[in-house]
Amino acid sequence: MSLSLLIAIGGLTAAGVYLVTSRSLSRVILGFSLLGHATVLALLVAGGPPGEPPIGGGDVANPLPQALALTAIVIAFGLTLFLLALAARQQNLTGDDLVEDDIEDRRIRNTTDAGDRHDRLEDDERDVLPDGSDPGEEPAVA
Amino acid sequence: MNTLVALVIAAPLVSAAVGVLLRSRPVLRDSVIGLGLGAAAGSSIALLVGVIRDGTVIVRVGGWHPELGIVLVADLLAALMLPWALTIIFVVELYAIGQRRTAWGSNPELSGPLLAVLTAGLALAFLTGDLFTLFVSFEIILVSSYVMLTHQGRRGQIRAGMTYVVMNLFVSTLFLFGVAFVYASTGTVNLALLAQRISELPDTIRLGIGAWFFVVFGTKAAVFPLFSWLPDAYPTAPTSITAVFAGLLTKVGIYALIRFHTVTGMSDLGPLFLTVAGVTMVIGAIGALAQSKVKRILSFHIISQIGYMLMGLGFFSVAGIGGAIFFLLHHMPVKTVLFLVGGLIENEQRSGSLDNSGGLARRAPYVAALFAVPALSLAGIPPFSGFVAKLAVVSAGVEQASGAVVAAALVAGFLTVLSMNKIWMGVFWGERPNDTEPIPTAAGNRWLMRGSTTIAVVATMAIAASAGALLDLSEQAAVDLMNPAVYIAEVLS
Repeated sequence: MSLSLLIAIGGLTAAGVYLVTSRSLSRVILGFSLLGHATVLALLVAGGPPGEPPIGGGDVANPLPQALALTAIVIAFGLTLFLLALAARQQNLTGDDLVEDDIEDRRIRNTTDAGDRHDRLEDDERDVLPDGSDPGEEPAVA
Repeated sequence: MNTLVALVIAAPLVSAAVGVLLRSRPVLRDSVIGLGLGAAAGSSIALLVGVIRDGTVIVRVGGWHPELGIVLVADLLAALMLPWALTIIFVVELYAIGQRRTAWGSNPELSGPLLAVLTAGLALAFLTGDLFTLFVSFEIILVSSYVMLTHQGRRGQIRAGMTYVVMNLFVSTLFLFGVAFVYASTGTVNLALLAQRISELPDTIRLGIGAWFFVVFGTKAAVFPLFSWLPDAYPTAPTSITAVFAGLLTKVGIYALIRFHTVTGMSDLGPLFLTVAGVTMVIGAIGALAQSKVKRILSFHIISQIGYMLMGLGFFSVAGIGGAIFFLLHHMPVKTVLFLVGGLIENEQRSGSLDNSGGLARRAPYVAALFAVPALSLAGIPPFSGFVAKLAVVSAGVEQASGAVVAAALVAGFLTVLSMNKIWMGVFWGERPNDTEPIPTAAGNRWLMRGSTTIAVVATMAIAASAGALLDLSEQAAVDLMNPAVYIAEVLS
């Protein structure tokens, strides 16, 4: 097991986790790309030492983890695209790509005394649309 | 029998592919999807009968040895889960057809095929015999759930969808790391081979793998403290979609926990499971009490009930695991029905908020009756199935003299009754606060929506009526699980 691969896995995971905890969805997407690379490397390391080329005999490398890694790459690829679409949609709706708080949680917190003191003043105006309706609520049918 | 196993997975997938092509022909599309889901449900029932009669069915995909290829294992546990899950999905699809064109309906040209893909993923998750295929099936389920949750692109859905997707994607990454750990330490991802080899590992590595997968499957199942994504995301989707998520997705997490942690013999983790289970039950029930919208109360109930199933598993005894399996069977239809009724409530009065509703028992007594049966069942009132399920789990706890977790279960049960009461008082009794406003008339195909909900309610009562036989089957499945040697021999022979 090569030490450089292990350090690479650790570094990619650390950077990935840091980015995923960010509020901006585009950074989260970058974080998931790094994490995806980390998992693929981890699967390769799990497969044991590298081997000879498969043509001409000799000790070939274990093919199973490589098949697993390929599947993981394909899935990560599709999900990155989906996340990008989600970020674009959020940008259309709100003008940025930030992950927002749970509106209903905030409303319930505001009904308590502690919530009153700390949060009511900071309440984001974007929680309520201009006509006073709540964006979390489904629109009424005309 | 092998054909049945293949059909359960392939029929919904094929119908999804054809359904996407037929997006401009609504009637034909709905019939194809319905046919695919119906075929899968039918074959799963036949499979259950076959497995009870002849024992476990093993399918080696492509004829490869389990060391290299994929094996599908229809043992009693998997065969018990499949008919419930697939029949529920079929009923929900009927409901979805009735609900479309209302404010709470889904977009039919996408949600039908997606539901079929999700069904295939569920069937694969129940049947798979190796860890990596389990990962793939989780991804199939999750990807279709991401799209189903956000496909209408409404603001609340996108907001909740972002948290849901990021959370689940992160856990999938952890899952993949877990697969790499397992492969590095044992050289296999097949569950039977893993069960054979894992006992040779040092205790720290073995329990580390167990705890790692507890985090992975526990997040999917929404246990404390990893549940916060659930009540945020579920209520924003159309009712038919939320009902499937609520009834089935978290249960796949519990199923995976039961499967993985029994076959690898992780009974040392029992105390950890029980602690988490106790906290999950109580926190979920308290969370439900704080909410003011029907679907959010119901979402917190999911978390609370997950605690009971985890508690059953945590005992690592035949009675406990049998109770957990029966709890799963009871909870899948009951929870789905409650969300379907939640959709009926929203449809009748155009709001799911307790603050501006009331008096529905007078205006729509039938909906009130449809709500009452599963609500009493979920709260664990006899003679409904919830009572049998809770009794099975709690009596397993009394057997093991685990006083604390049994007390937590009873407290959580009481709180559940209270919060169900809150819905009943808020929605069905009393008066509408702004009674001068005209009550809007309900939209959609009420006949189809109420009809499909009625079928599901009758199904939950059928579980109560056949509780004895089902509990026996669950215990038999638990006996098989507690003795992994049987599973290993069947898969590798």
